[in-house]
Amino acid sequence: MKKQSKKSLQNMMAEYTAVTSPNVMHQIEQLAAPLKGAKVLHINSTKEGGGVAEILHKLIPLKQALGIEADWDIITGNQEFYQCTKGFHNALQGMRQSISEKLLQNYEKINRENEEKLRSKLQEADFVFIHDPQPAPLLKMIPERRGKWIWRCHIDASKPYRQVWKYLREWVTPYDASIFSLPEFAQPLPHPQYIIPPSIDPLSEKNCPLPDYEIKNVYSEFNLDPDLPLITQVSRYDRFKDPVGVIEAYKLASKLTPLQLVLAGGGASDDPEGEMVLNEVKEASNGADNIHVLLLPADANRTINALQRASDIILQKSIREGFGLTVSEGMWKGKPVIGGDTGGIRLQVINHFTGFLVRTPEGAALRTRYLLHRRDKLEDMGMRAKRFVRENFLITRHLREYLTLMVGLTNGDDERINVGNS
Amino acid sequence: MPNATGNDQKKLPFAVKDCALITIATGIRVQNLKEFAVALKDVPLGSIYHHFWGRLLRALFDEPEYNNDFASWASRGLNDKSLAEQLSMVIPTDYKDMEGLRQEMVEVVEQQLDESEFVPWAKADQQFHFLKSQIVIFDTGIRYEHPKELVPQIIKMSTGSIYYHFIDARNRTEERHDDFSSWLNGFDGDEFKELTRNLCSMDPYFSSLKEIRLIVSNIFQTFFEKGDQ
Repeated sequence: MKKQSKKSLQNMMAEYTAVTSPNVMHQIEQLAAPLKGAKVLHINSTKEGGGVAEILHKLIPLKQALGIEADWDIITGNQEFYQCTKGFHNALQGMRQSISEKLLQNYEKINRENEEKLRSKLQEADFVFIHDPQPAPLLKMIPERRGKWIWRCHIDASKPYRQVWKYLREWVTPYDASIFSLPEFAQPLPHPQYIIPPSIDPLSEKNCPLPDYEIKNVYSEFNLDPDLPLITQVSRYDRFKDPVGVIEAYKLASKLTPLQLVLAGGGASDDPEGEMVLNEVKEASNGADNIHVLLLPADANRTINALQRASDIILQKSIREGFGLTVSEGMWKGKPVIGGDTGGIRLQVINHFTGFLVRTPEGAALRTRYLLHRRDKLEDMGMRAKRFVRENFLITRHLREYLTLMVGLTNGDDERINVGNS
Repeated sequence: MPNATGNDQKKLPFAVKDCALITIATGIRVQNLKEFAVALKDVPLGSIYHHFWGRLLRALFDEPEYNNDFASWASRGLNDKSLAEQLSMVIPTDYKDMEGLRQEMVEVVEQQLDESEFVPWAKADQQFHFLKSQIVIFDTGIRYEHPKELVPQIIKMSTGSIYYHFIDARNRTEERHDDFSSWLNGFDGDEFKELTRNLCSMDPYFSSLKEIRLIVSNIFQTFFEKGDQ
């Protein structure tokens, strides 16, 4: 990843100070002091699309601004590789998956090829963060490593399909530590398992304030009715996000309350099932008025920002969800969220306070109707939602926890670590 | 420079420290009250600390109904309100150390088990996950010579500093109270006695760190404004 100039890095720190507070950034700088000059390498499998890439795009420059030599590389694979890793993803989320020996062999072969390309960086790094199962075998392929290796699992692995987890566990067991988003996702492993929820970047194009005209533009751009309430779900076309359930909820709610629905998503380059699910969604929405199924490019961040801001309610009716960045994104824009009662959504949506947790399309329809009829509640919840995100789910908190973890790992198992001259 | 706490460090400046806390899973999870009682005896003491105090540095929404994670689980997970009430009235500073606190918790839970006709169970997705934390402490380099200097500064402190000096101190110091009070006790005479009393009488269990910061700041401000009149 390209390094930024010192001045632009200083500006960046000043911008975050303005959104958070001086003491939040000062604390981060102090925590980072013992890590200055450390080589930190993040590895995942995609630069665009999905929450992991989005977080890394911001986390790396922030670490660099703090004097850490942070870098980010991706591994690349063939179609069979992504088919296999999508199978892992589904299996970790509890779906029964049979992954053939041939696919597993290809998975290991692709990792060996990537290891050859990345070897010197991986050997020299002081900290290596391996994101999700795709690059997990790299550790065993680098016996001459000198740094601490951390496996970061972004997936809801609370009830993994055992047969596949048994295979993956072999790769992740030798890591020095792992990170899960929620305690419920942690698995029995012989190393420390840190709990760090993900975050959103308040300064990114997806979350920064927008001028009114840009928000209003989405009505004409996507043929939306400015006089109808708008509910929106932004997410990849993935069955676990239950886009068909959202359409069902819309159909139920719209019988009594006029409204319109936007389903906005893009594909991730490591998700081969996206197109198939998009076709299912189009079929389900066929003939229904006021359903807008949008396939947006990976860089449509301002458009997503505007759609979320134009919405009255944000939906994230997932059946399983590692975290669901779109929930915090919606809440940051002062919108209540109706979310699936699962995984990381439970951490963000505090039932009846920042939105509603639902288990069925009927539940989502009921809560949609309620909020559209009780505008006072809708606004109260939206305000609380924004405050909750400011205090808990911004990238500054995420960065602080990564730094704490790195300081912690270099100091062994001690529960209390004094750094500097403290 | 050591942190100025305790009478043995009379008139040392107040050294402002900061801390960050990270949550670690212990891998111990329980489904019912019997499993909970067994696990409670075995979990690292750091886990008891985390579920009483560490929660203040985690994502919490507004005012929690109960003041520790064990009581919250008894209420929401097991639907046992009477156990939740009893657990939430276990005050950590009443015990000499974390082991004493653990023993008291075990007593309360076992008493409840003895009196229950059935073992209370939680739903499959409502297990209790025992967590612990690692706390990284660092010196901000800021020093205050006189208590009055703290008046405009407390409100500017990070929540990590407030946690360290006002919450963590209760577990760390012999007096089982906050670092500000320990420091004030080191001054000769009765000049700051009232200020110390006001700080010690503050109940920190139901407030967020930001609220605690505001309350502590107000206590300092009121004390010195009164003195100036």
